[in-house]
Amino acid sequence: MSWLLVYPIIIPLLTGVLAYLFRNSPAGRWISVAGTVALLMASIMLMAEVLEQGVVAAQMSNWQAPFGITLVADLLGGVMVVITAITGLATVIYTLSEIPERMERLGFHALLQMLMVGVVGAFLTGDLFNLYVWFEVMLISSFGLLVLGGTREQLDGGIKYVMLNLVSTIMFLAGIGLLYGLTGTLNMADLHLAVRGVENTGLLTTIAVMFMVAFGVKAAMFPLFFWLPASYHTPPVAVSAIFAGLLTKVGVYALIRMFTLIFDQDVAFTHTILLWLAVVTMVTGVLGAAAMNDFRRILSFHIISQIGYMVLGLALYTPLGLMGAVFYLVHHIIVKANLFFVAGVAKRIAGSTDLARIGGLYAHAPLLAFLFLIPAFSLAGFPPLSGFWAKYVVVKAALDLEMWFVAGVALGVGLLTIFSMTKIWGSAFWPAHPDGIKPRLSDLPTFDRVALMLPIVALAALTCLIGLFPEPFVQFAERSANQLLDPTDYVTTVLGVQP
Amino acid sequence: MELLLAITIGVLVSTSVYLMLDRNVLRFLFGLVLLSNAVNLLIFTGGRLTAGAPPLIDAGEYAPTGVVANALPQALVLTAIVIGFGLLAFTLALVYRTYMTLGTVNSDEMRVAEPADESKLDTGRLGMGKANPAKPATGQEAGI
Repeated sequence: MSWLLVYPIIIPLLTGVLAYLFRNSPAGRWISVAGTVALLMASIMLMAEVLEQGVVAAQMSNWQAPFGITLVADLLGGVMVVITAITGLATVIYTLSEIPERMERLGFHALLQMLMVGVVGAFLTGDLFNLYVWFEVMLISSFGLLVLGGTREQLDGGIKYVMLNLVSTIMFLAGIGLLYGLTGTLNMADLHLAVRGVENTGLLTTIAVMFMVAFGVKAAMFPLFFWLPASYHTPPVAVSAIFAGLLTKVGVYALIRMFTLIFDQDVAFTHTILLWLAVVTMVTGVLGAAAMNDFRRILSFHIISQIGYMVLGLALYTPLGLMGAVFYLVHHIIVKANLFFVAGVAKRIAGSTDLARIGGLYAHAPLLAFLFLIPAFSLAGFPPLSGFWAKYVVVKAALDLEMWFVAGVALGVGLLTIFSMTKIWGSAFWPAHPDGIKPRLSDLPTFDRVALMLPIVALAALTCLIGLFPEPFVQFAERSANQLLDPTDYVTTVLGVQP
Repeated sequence: MELLLAITIGVLVSTSVYLMLDRNVLRFLFGLVLLSNAVNLLIFTGGRLTAGAPPLIDAGEYAPTGVVANALPQALVLTAIVIGFGLLAFTLALVYRTYMTLGTVNSDEMRVAEPADESKLDTGRLGMGKANPAKPATGQEAGI
């Protein structure tokens, strides 16, 4: 049994327990930081192993697959764990300055760590029912984080978030029950083989659509996204950032996994639905962003629009398309979390996230303005930043299939993205502050300044790194896409036999 | 037996959908309870029904002899019930807290986070949980 697969789950779990026990002392938050550093190291070790071997699998308690629960990391799973750890670490450092002691006493860090347990578990599991359990771990922690503090906005947004996510969870569970009834197995690698023997393909496609709806809610796809803009701007910024970075992406990951490994029987039907949903998702998201006037609400709608690109990559179902989806997934998590961090600093020094009530950031905090431009341009797809390559690959994949309309929409949405970014720039950064405040970074205490700016600088550097040296990342995404389209390695490693 | 359970599941699902279409979030929640029970039954039925044969292994044996009921769906349902219980308890508490704070359980009136006039939105009071002069809560108002 490979412990490498267990560490990324068990480290945040133990950290969460310890952080809860020490929640009343400052030690709690430092335990949280240390635990997340350990998680990052463990995930890098796992990634190194995955890069060497292709797919790593471990059978829990030595119950052989498909009877026991399998943990498995392929290239996609591995990189998602690493990126979770990076985002988690950035968030934890950010919380050192942002989260008031009162919330720490209520167990904030324990919830944050449990959220990471759920996210990492979902990326590493090779069992469908186990995936459901990790989703629940993730959900209940996110419920707690979202409403912790209990302001009116949080409760209002929380109700919508909780209710709609519960419906999607129940859909997911129903899908699992039906799929089990049809095939008699829950192991994902085994399902890959079992669905080939199913005679009633119509029923299989129906179940596929149930999963599509369930994960579509989690991923905030059109027309199932309404919980996201209702809630993501209400909690503390650090919570917004980790939600924006990771949670919807778990839904996208699950979609990619299910619709490459298991539901690849009726691609003409299922992936066409995904294609058009992706197009509409891109457009709705960016139009919503263009209509908003609040920093975080604009960013929330951008998440939806960007989800469209990732699902588009999956829906094209070519090596290039999936490569784009994987690249996009990684790039987006870094950029999106970073934009929320910037919004948080802007709120801290300028007093609000309402664009009408802030200003003067360019004149008085030029460093912040510069650090906003990097993720903002990357999100819109400006070269030479990471978003350019991500968009380039997805659009190229669409052009290769001669889907001119789809490619055109993808490019047009990029243009509208930059429009809404200039809206933020044009009212938060460029003009003077309406109340005459001079929002200076140097007014923050030194500790807060470091804790707030360190994650932003680090993530921005990562964005530039991917953008300037895309070669290894593109190669990696290509390998990962090939692995997704031909899961022989995955199946062989999990089941230990040639299919 | 399958037919009877299938009809039961169908009735439960349709009832829950009817409840979830209501603007009262409490009714929505009751709909969720029914729906999660319907899905539990669905998993149970999907795993095939074997009446009167508990999956027990006789003394001295390593595997059950003869036909026994499928134990896996029962384990799945058990897990789902436990998780569902936790989530529903949380949601019920959330709805109650929301009612105390916002003074309503009507989802149409819950516009604090997304006000029609966006300039009224204020998420600036970070986690301070300002106590709100809630309207006195009575069961009648909540429409229970």
